[in-house]
Amino acid sequence: MWRKTRREGQRPPIKVTLRKEWWDKNQRSELEMGNKQTIFTPEQLDAYQDCTFFTRKEILRLFYKYRDLAPQLVPLDYTSRPNVTLPYELIGSMPELKDNPFRQRIAEVFSESGDGNMTLDDFLDMFSVLSEMAPRDLKAYYAFKIYDFNNDDYICKSDLEKTVNKLTRNELTPEEVSLACEKVIYEADLDNDGKLSLEDFQHMIIRAPDFLSTFHIRI
Amino acid sequence: EISSSTEEAQLFVEKFEGALGKGKGKKFYAYKVMMTKKWMKFQRDFENFKTACIPWEMKIKEIESHFGSSVASYFIFLRWMYGINMILFGLTFGLVMIPEALMGKPYGSLPRKTVPRAEEATAMNFATLWDFSGFAQYSVLFYGYYNNQRTIGWLKFRMPLSYFLVGVGTIGYSFMIVIRTMARNANEDGGGDDTSFNFSWKMFTSWDYLIGNPETADNKFASITTSFKEAIVEEQESRKEENIHLTRFLRVLANFLALCTLAGSGYLIFFVVRRSQKFALEGLENYGWWERNEVNMVMSLLGMFCPTLFDVISSLENYHPRIALRWQLGRIFALFLGNLYTFIIALMDEINLKLEEEKIVKYNMTIWEASLYNGTIPENSTAPPIQVDPADVPRGPCWETMVGQEFVRLTVSDTMTTYITILIGDFLRAVFVRFFNYCWCWDLEYGFPSYSEFDISGNVLGLIFNQGMIWMGSFYAPCLPAINVFRLHTSMYLQCWAVMCCNVPQERVFKASRSNNFYMAMLLFILFLSTLPAVYTIVSIPPSFDCGPFSGKTRMFEVISETLEHDFPSWFGKVFGYASNPGLILPFILLMVTTSHKSLTSSVQSY
Repeated sequence: MWRKTRREGQRPPIKVTLRKEWWDKNQRSELEMGNKQTIFTPEQLDAYQDCTFFTRKEILRLFYKYRDLAPQLVPLDYTSRPNVTLPYELIGSMPELKDNPFRQRIAEVFSESGDGNMTLDDFLDMFSVLSEMAPRDLKAYYAFKIYDFNNDDYICKSDLEKTVNKLTRNELTPEEVSLACEKVIYEADLDNDGKLSLEDFQHMIIRAPDFLSTFHIRI
Repeated sequence: EISSSTEEAQLFVEKFEGALGKGKGKKFYAYKVMMTKKWMKFQRDFENFKTACIPWEMKIKEIESHFGSSVASYFIFLRWMYGINMILFGLTFGLVMIPEALMGKPYGSLPRKTVPRAEEATAMNFATLWDFSGFAQYSVLFYGYYNNQRTIGWLKFRMPLSYFLVGVGTIGYSFMIVIRTMARNANEDGGGDDTSFNFSWKMFTSWDYLIGNPETADNKFASITTSFKEAIVEEQESRKEENIHLTRFLRVLANFLALCTLAGSGYLIFFVVRRSQKFALEGLENYGWWERNEVNMVMSLLGMFCPTLFDVISSLENYHPRIALRWQLGRIFALFLGNLYTFIIALMDEINLKLEEEKIVKYNMTIWEASLYNGTIPENSTAPPIQVDPADVPRGPCWETMVGQEFVRLTVSDTMTTYITILIGDFLRAVFVRFFNYCWCWDLEYGFPSYSEFDISGNVLGLIFNQGMIWMGSFYAPCLPAINVFRLHTSMYLQCWAVMCCNVPQERVFKASRSNNFYMAMLLFILFLSTLPAVYTIVSIPPSFDCGPFSGKTRMFEVISETLEHDFPSWFGKVFGYASNPGLILPFILLMVTTSHKSLTSSVQSY
């Protein structure tokens, strides 16, 4: 039952990167993050450091990631607080998110308008919650919102079915999906209303050994 | 929204905080508030600076997005070890090697600091230097070079005291930092082997958000699907009762085979050590490179091949992968422990031999000194000593330098073996599979040998045992932390390259997530084991009479009492004498143990 089955198509690159490639890739980020940055005022940077779990270097790095998605839309000068929103299609194409089956829900949860279009503040907020430094309770709260597809403050059976199908790319039969969802409700539903409330979810997720390490994006 | 509400809050606080101080205390209060703000700003700048100093962040992130967090956790562990070794290097280099090099007597002024006449001809050869004899042996790199003068230089630097305290301090620092990291990790570990939320956890915590690479994502989707299907099958059927006898028999057989391997490797090391003692008695010059380095090579080769053998044996057992990993870790741990233990026994044998030799040398020295005067001067007279070139003075066998050299050689051969394994086992294999696939009868990429996966447990254990060697040997060879820093630095780059270039992600991308504290616990155990031999030799074996900073004393720790006598006022010595009563020390140790245990458990509960 536990015998390994080899999958086809695994080919490592076997290339030796030349130092120049590596240097070019890292040059811009290191040189541009010297001390004389003019993107934010010192008060703005301080405010960001207060509101997120990031240090100055990480905030600037995130800003450049945000800007790289649409250089023509995002100005290099945020001192005047421009009102720039990037559409979901650009956010979802980020390397950190593009392979994540839940990227649409993540963008929707953290965007102000709930439609997945994010300002820089939303962007920073998203990565701050998903970073290593965020506490377990905060992550559990946002995880609940992400998995609640219909935004009714409960994870009901249809939400669970959507989650399973996204996780397995629709490879399970409907009976298997149904069984899995029933088992989840059986295990975690404490108040017996047939759906998971925030308290049920938190009670279950806090004890998970893998939660903190999987619900984490490193920038 | 967020920034604006923070700003409003800040404006509010600024407007009203001056008013909180009343009357006469107002100015002082305002001053206090300003100092607090400055302190917070300083702390934040320091945090920024600290994160800017963390090396290799981007490299680890790339590996994480390709291979998942378990492979990346090895590199994070490696980076943490690198930090510890940097501190150890700073201590030994700054407080032991540099003072002796700058302020101690130079090379050639004392017998212990000079290459003996007999070895002078080969002292500069590359082969001798690679073996850490010749000029490398008679330098600040090893114990034997250090002079036993109580103070050196115009700074009156207490060299022997510094040597002793740095030795103790490195161990103490290592203990402290390992326990602190364990306490921090204990916080994050959730439940135990809970199966009460099996499906829920599969659904909500199986996707690794760190994945940023399509191939790994494919792998992950496949493994999640398989995991769900297996759990559903388990749920639907009851366990079949037949074949349980076969499974049990196979498991017993596998354990028996593993025990045979362990016993075989133990006997092999014992045999090889006996042979090397025989070679040493007959004089090492008669033998080639293999005979001289037999013990180290055999230990490294065993460490390379036995884990693979255990892997093959474990395929008989048919356990859940998480349990199979634990058995594998346990067996490899037992293997390395056996090797270490045999190595230490061999070293103790050699130390005893050298102590016997020392007595003979001391006796011969009196004869030699008498021969210098040609027997013309009767005893008990005070004639001026005849000037002899330090290279010609007969030497005692400095057992401490010998121990240091053994550890350094073992570390170097271990490093070489690891690097060669990576180059051959990973890189050449990948090149072979990729380019010979076109003209081979079966699919090399799909079947045997295919590309290699990154062996996390083997690498982590290798790292832990290597660190154990460093802890054991750094008292006798102050150069060991420096060598290890160099080794870890190059290891990081080589392994990062090898992983990205030649390895494929594991098929079963499951997480041995509670292994983090398991590895820390093993590290703590190895640290404890490593300090035992060093402490034993310090406390019970007399130091060599003619080399090292403790020569001339009956026991090494006497340097403490000597310092108390000379450098502290007399009442301090009396107080210390009373305080070092065993009746006071034992309760103190018990108190420390209970406090550390309490702080560990309270940090777990405080979550």
